[in-house]
Amino acid sequence: MAEVAEAPTKTKKKAVIKIKKEWCKSCDICVELCPKKVLEFRGRYPEAVRPEDCNLCLECELHCPDFAITVEESDE
Amino acid sequence: MAFPYEDYLRAEFMPHIWCAGCGHGIIMKALIRAIDSLKLDKNKVVIASGIGCASRLPGYVDFDTLHTTHGRALAFATGVKLARPELSIIVVSGDGDAIAIGGNHFLHACQRNIDMTLVIFNNFNYGMTGGQVSPSTPYSAFTTTTPYGNPNYQFDVLGISKAAGATYVARSTTYHARHLEKMILGAISHKGFSVVEVLEDCPIAYGRRNRMGTPAQMLKRWKEMCVTFDAMKKLPPWRVKDKIPIGLYHQEERPDFWEEYQETIRKAKEEVQREA
Amino acid sequence: MSNLDDPFYKPGVRFISGNEAIAEGAIYAGCRFFAGYPITPSTEIAEELAIRLPLVDGVFLQMEDEIASIAAVLGGSLAGKKAMTATSGPGFSLMQENIGYGYMAEIPCVVVDVMRGGPSTGMPTGPSQSDVMQAKWGTHGDHPVIALSPATVQECFNETVRAFNFSEQFRLPVIILSDEIVSHMREKAVLPSLGELEIVNRPKPTEPPGEYKPYGFKYEWEIPPMAAFGDGYRFHVTGLAHDYTGFPSNLPKVIWQQLKHLHDKVMRNVEKIWRWEEFLLDDAEIVVVAYGSTARAAKEAIARERKRGVKVGMFRPITLWPFPEPVLASFIDRAKLAVVPELNLGQVKLTVERVAKGRVPVVSVAHGGEAFLPSLIVEAIRSRV
Repeated sequence: MAEVAEAPTKTKKKAVIKIKKEWCKSCDICVELCPKKVLEFRGRYPEAVRPEDCNLCLECELHCPDFAITVEESDE
Repeated sequence: MAFPYEDYLRAEFMPHIWCAGCGHGIIMKALIRAIDSLKLDKNKVVIASGIGCASRLPGYVDFDTLHTTHGRALAFATGVKLARPELSIIVVSGDGDAIAIGGNHFLHACQRNIDMTLVIFNNFNYGMTGGQVSPSTPYSAFTTTTPYGNPNYQFDVLGISKAAGATYVARSTTYHARHLEKMILGAISHKGFSVVEVLEDCPIAYGRRNRMGTPAQMLKRWKEMCVTFDAMKKLPPWRVKDKIPIGLYHQEERPDFWEEYQETIRKAKEEVQREA
Repeated sequence: MSNLDDPFYKPGVRFISGNEAIAEGAIYAGCRFFAGYPITPSTEIAEELAIRLPLVDGVFLQMEDEIASIAAVLGGSLAGKKAMTATSGPGFSLMQENIGYGYMAEIPCVVVDVMRGGPSTGMPTGPSQSDVMQAKWGTHGDHPVIALSPATVQECFNETVRAFNFSEQFRLPVIILSDEIVSHMREKAVLPSLGELEIVNRPKPTEPPGEYKPYGFKYEWEIPPMAAFGDGYRFHVTGLAHDYTGFPSNLPKVIWQQLKHLHDKVMRNVEKIWRWEEFLLDDAEIVVVAYGSTARAAKEAIARERKRGVKVGMFRPITLWPFPEPVLASFIDRAKLAVVPELNLGQVKLTVERVAKGRVPVVSVAHGGEAFLPSLIVEAIRSRV
């Protein structure tokens, strides 16, 4: 199941963070590398608990070895 | 718009077999981004590999893929390239596969300056078989076949690549993901034999045996330990002592093997004409 | 992949060596890719092709070792070219792993082994026939084998063409077992005109990329069509046990079926592959079983004994593997004695003994290091008469 999180309205860019649980191996790289502490483990898989803090640096996506997390700019 | 990795994946085989936190997937993504940037035709790309964890990569990507015998990927790939010179060939190989058993083929692919790219997935051990020592294992490190510490010194992949005749030689790490993508892109665009050594992590075997921490901790080490070749030259020695340089180590333009062979064909035909 | 593009091929009566004839046969058959490594007594094949292949826009490569040579040949074949390598015993030993890869991944190619004295470095300039069993069992695991044994320079040409045809038809590496004498001797051969001999090309897929099954078959003896890299099929080739898609499989049932396929595609077609010579066998009470250069000596021995009224003839397998056992049996069953001279310690003799089933005595005559002496064969024939 994909997890979708959206940021609230502001002039700042909004991030859409999706985590693919079928592919995630819970290696913890995305959680640890995020400079804004957007991600945290909720049970077995990470979740974007503070998506509003995401600055679209993409460190999590670039370093996820399992193609399990994507970050894109929201259309809104 | 998120990067369309899945356009390049054989998604029916995902998730891949690599361990949690293994660097191979990070390199695979950088490779895919590089191929995408170059707008290469998927039907004209061949990915070849030998045996090992890194060598499982071809099965997951949507190109013509060739999973060969241990250490021999470059030799198979040489045959493919010269039979169909218009194809872009990328060989992915682990450290043991490329420089131990594959050493001879590695030297001669460099010497031939055959137009293809070799990406060495260096995780400092033979991971697939449980973590044995390889020519890239650091001195005194622990592996299953060096339980008292490695008595060997590391193989200088970049130096040997250049000395054997490779015309594009670079190094990056899985931490420096964008830089890695750039090095691979340069390697594929380069006409001639390109070697990209990627420093990465095997948290389950090598990492655990040497008590190196979590995958994230291992990744962050590369940030601390690496500086670019340019920085190495500009910074004072005490700042760069014991650092590992990354970036483009060597590049030159020299006719690749196919160009030279075309010349052979031309000379052969000319000689026969003269004798006729 | 026709041979009609070669303006330097000279048909008609030629006086050439066995190795030259092998090179000519390869080019005639459409070979446009050679990767090899120098080793006596096969080197002339590489040298001839180094001159000829560039003239037909073919690829000639001298690789860094024999392992790389067979690897490059397999790669060239996957990219659509008819490809060959040539070596002798020590190189043949090195190539075994990748030849096995060729069997598992069903890649057409030709491997020439010009047998010399072994084991190890052995006798680089001395003949032997001691790689016969290695050709059959050299690489690990269960696998099919087609191995051909020329005894004349003419056969060096014809059997090379046949080897390419079989490799293309059945999708596997085919071995030519020559020996130092046949390869280095010079004698008359009549090279066919372009188009005279049948040339077989690998079956190509008719279905579009999405529906192509690289290793699919309905019955185990069928040959899957073979796409080439770069033609848009984006398929996977591996030495791992795999299913019809080419991707690795762990399921015992699937793997077993693939293995049977590798075996059946050859063994169900043996009659197309067998070739042999019958020399004075109609009334033969003594059957000499000989192949390669030894068969030439056997003919001399038989001529001498026939003069004395001894009813002796020769069964000469030209296809060594799969061995034409029922054909041999039909001659042995009528005979009182089988004599098997070989330039080795007795390899084909094992097959002859098995075929004879103890009903007919089998005398093995072993010799080595030089051409087989007809007198040794005569002695063996007389030993039981």
